[in-house]
Amino acid sequence: MAETLLILDDILVQYGNVPILEVPSLAVYAGEILAIIGPNGAGKSTLLRMMGLLEQPTRVIFQGQEATRENALNFRRRMASVFQEPLLLNASVVENAALGLRLRGLDRRTMQQRVRPWLERLGIAHLATRPARSLSGGEAQRTSLARALALDPDLLLLDEPFSALDPPTREGLLLDLETVLRTTGITTVFVTHERNEAVILSDRVAVLMEGRILQVGSQSQVFTQPVNEEVAQFVGIETNIPGVVETVGEGLAQVRFNGRTVDVVGDFHPGERVLLCLRPEEITLSPARADAVKTSARNRLAGRVAKITPWGPHYRIVVDCDGARLVALVTKPSFRDLELAEEKEVVASFKATAVHVLRLR
Amino acid sequence: MELILEGVLTAFRLVFSRDAEVWAITWLSLKVSGTATVIALTLGIPLGILMAMTRFPGRAFAVALINTGMGLPPVVVGLFISVLLWRSGPLGFLNLIYTPAAMVIAQVAIAFPIVAGLTMAAFQTLNPKLSLQLLGIGASRPQLLWLLCTEARLPLLAAVMAGFGGVISEVGSVLMVGGNIKGQTRVLTTATVLETSMGNFGTAIALGVILLTLAFGVNFLLTRIQQREQIRWPRPS
Repeated sequence: MAETLLILDDILVQYGNVPILEVPSLAVYAGEILAIIGPNGAGKSTLLRMMGLLEQPTRVIFQGQEATRENALNFRRRMASVFQEPLLLNASVVENAALGLRLRGLDRRTMQQRVRPWLERLGIAHLATRPARSLSGGEAQRTSLARALALDPDLLLLDEPFSALDPPTREGLLLDLETVLRTTGITTVFVTHERNEAVILSDRVAVLMEGRILQVGSQSQVFTQPVNEEVAQFVGIETNIPGVVETVGEGLAQVRFNGRTVDVVGDFHPGERVLLCLRPEEITLSPARADAVKTSARNRLAGRVAKITPWGPHYRIVVDCDGARLVALVTKPSFRDLELAEEKEVVASFKATAVHVLRLR
Repeated sequence: MELILEGVLTAFRLVFSRDAEVWAITWLSLKVSGTATVIALTLGIPLGILMAMTRFPGRAFAVALINTGMGLPPVVVGLFISVLLWRSGPLGFLNLIYTPAAMVIAQVAIAFPIVAGLTMAAFQTLNPKLSLQLLGIGASRPQLLWLLCTEARLPLLAAVMAGFGGVISEVGSVLMVGGNIKGQTRVLTTATVLETSMGNFGTAIALGVILLTLAFGVNFLLTRIQQREQIRWPRPS
């Protein structure tokens, strides 16, 4: 495991007697991008402000040393924050981008040398002398990012930096930032309520809901093996079917629901109550009489198309299997090939390994 | 009409003949009101910032108090300070009544709420998250305050101008606590009142012109600072 850069300990924030944020411990490792995802109001921003020592935490250990009132400024000067709003001063772009360096008492020449490459890299060099007030939202946010990156921080804290931007601007900036962070290796904590942003920009993901961290793990772990139904729903697992384990053997188990049986992977006991979780992209639809269709998928469930919704470049198809709802994403060409329509009989297939099984208590 | 013309001519004569008394009066006006403004700024700006950036029980009441203070009638201030400084009053032992110091105290009482109220308004126009952002890129507390002041510089200078303008032009309190004693506590406003009551309209108009010029001069200077173009950085090459 990589070196630990920052540890948050015993975080407890209360309004009155109601705990709104309760995090026993959270570590950030050097060089990683940790995304903290969760719905609005979960306490993500508060948690980030504690990491940045902008709010009084219970205990923060940064680079092996505990933060105190005395060393807080020094610690803050090794970090840099970017917020949802760009929050620029009424000055030119280059002055804004150099502000953090100015606060550290660097001379004008050094400031120019360190700021200039970032303005270029973020594509705002041509705006250098423009007043910050005249910038568009995307340009202003790029200036805010340049201001943080020019500091060459040991820890970069991003609080929903793309939320206020329109989709094309957001995508452009997200991809640019991803390149920057991957090439520089700056340790980053990235707070967002958009799970799709976390897919692009994260190594590890922490899921924060109602003030508690429900799961921390690698990106693929959190997105394919959520620890509970809430996390599953938040990370976009739309198919959740409750069932009972029937037979087990050789790492495989058969789970029964509504008179159907599904093969899953894992060690279970007969009689266990479980929840079958499936990401929409794991489910393939084929025509009902598809004897000819060869598929390696172990599970084939016959059902009826209950609902069709255009979904960006895809169609979102809800398939009803005797009351159990499966959600699949189908590309536009396959949608036409399958001649899908509501009430049409189809077969939904998926691999045994694609099913994530949650034990229910 | 003749009267006004005569007044303006007298004004020119007084100003250009370097009439010692007129200069002394002008200088005292500037000194008293300037000192009062500086003291009011020293007290009012920190209070205004504090009021804008903190939340405490009774804050709404304190804000209402300051806002009322911004429109304090000078004669009421004069009365109150007179009572305090009166020889037999609670602060009578200081022997300050009918001195320039008493006038400064009265004018501070007038300018201080104006400066505090306008400073508070200036800081409330700033985005509250700006402080967090500035700390988030490594500002120390003093740096944070300085940056917020520079960010609010336009309304802050307006507060300076309003404070100075409020006291240089007021007559009620300085007359009451200063007494308009010739050569000691006579300032432009009290002298104007006196000359007018004696029918010396020429001198009164002259004093009025000097007062206006003075007020304009100071405000012009402050406006120049306020509206000054920002110092631009050289274009990165």
